[in-house]
Amino acid sequence: MKKIQILGTGCPKCRALAQNAETAAKEMGIEYKIEKVTDIKEIMKFGVMMTPALVIDGQVKTAGKLLNVQEIKEMLKL
Amino acid sequence: MRILKWTLFLTAAVLLWGLIYWNLAAFGGWFTYSLLKMQQGGHLSSAVEFFVFETPKVLMLLVLIVFGIGIVRSFFTPEKTRKILSGKSETVGNILAALLGVVTPFCSCSAVPLFVGFVTAGVPLGVTFSFLISAPMINEIALVMLFGMFGWKVAGLYMGVGLLIAIVAGWILGRLHMEKHIEPWVFQAQMGEAVKEEAINWEGRIRYGLIAVRDIVSKVWIYVILGIAVGAGIHGYVPQDFMASFMGKGAWWSVPAAVLLGVPMYSNAAGIIPVVKALLEKGAALGTVLAFMMAVIGLSLPEAIILRNILKPKLVFTFFGIVAVGIIIIGYLFNILL
Repeated sequence: MKKIQILGTGCPKCRALAQNAETAAKEMGIEYKIEKVTDIKEIMKFGVMMTPALVIDGQVKTAGKLLNVQEIKEMLKL
Repeated sequence: MRILKWTLFLTAAVLLWGLIYWNLAAFGGWFTYSLLKMQQGGHLSSAVEFFVFETPKVLMLLVLIVFGIGIVRSFFTPEKTRKILSGKSETVGNILAALLGVVTPFCSCSAVPLFVGFVTAGVPLGVTFSFLISAPMINEIALVMLFGMFGWKVAGLYMGVGLLIAIVAGWILGRLHMEKHIEPWVFQAQMGEAVKEEAINWEGRIRYGLIAVRDIVSKVWIYVILGIAVGAGIHGYVPQDFMASFMGKGAWWSVPAAVLLGVPMYSNAAGIIPVVKALLEKGAALGTVLAFMMAVIGLSLPEAIILRNILKPKLVFTFFGIVAVGIIIIGYLFNILL
């Protein structure tokens, strides 16, 4: 079970990243749970300074980047 | 082998770019007067020529510039910038922060996490503001488009003036000791471990540049074309020296009016510059136009709303007030000196 978190205060890029992550996980057919973290205080706890950020199982994978579905799949494989 | 492939690809792309770019003026004239058979010197024909010449020119400059800046930015991250700035004394810190604001990747939606990240790492408040002013105001797209359309002097002025405002305004904000006007949670924020940085090679940097081109150009091309269309209208139909009466040097109130008008407006830097070019042609003063442009690009209502999350209203007003006054002073200075 992969826990995917999208950190972002609701900008268009954050929504696009959440969408891509959802698609990636569905296409891979893995068990997953996706959560959007929009509270700035919570976001800061992850130590990112650029949004949107992608967090998988509590680990920050990227910050400030809008990844495409393929790139997210690569990260979910690990 | 991969390096060779990339080098060949880039060289060919740059050559092709140059070949097309240097023939655009001829194409604009040919298209308007030979193909459409328009009369030389008419309102419509001069608007059409402006549009046909400027649109591909600006879009091509944009692609080249965004790619170049993308490569430069792949060397800088907010984490690195923060490391450089924490522990610097105030005046030196203000100068460094303003310079780093130019090259560090920044988007106004990240202003809040960046602010908190800097402040909790011990970067002084005034230094953080210098960064927050310079990052949006010295817009790389604006900078190189000014270079393409007016030459290096105007581009240099824009950058120098932007840095000066960022340094001085940040320094003043630091002197005012406004720490109590920051929302208290900022200081209690638990800043987690910084993200690990991945190593990046040249192929990665080129890719970074290409992604920047794709992301930015797909977002701003429409503003560019709209901006050029407005510019073309002004170029063709507004009489020569029409702007001189109310945007010229003689009209003392035009600088503050331009700034007041510019703050609530939010436009893309790429869209505002064709308008600026057309205004200047019709007799508007450089200082007034520059002030208008900086107010549009550097200060915006959405930014104020975002900053309200971390700053109490008084500090938001002070911040906007100091930057706006700075822009007005610079506008007057240019009008008097030039």
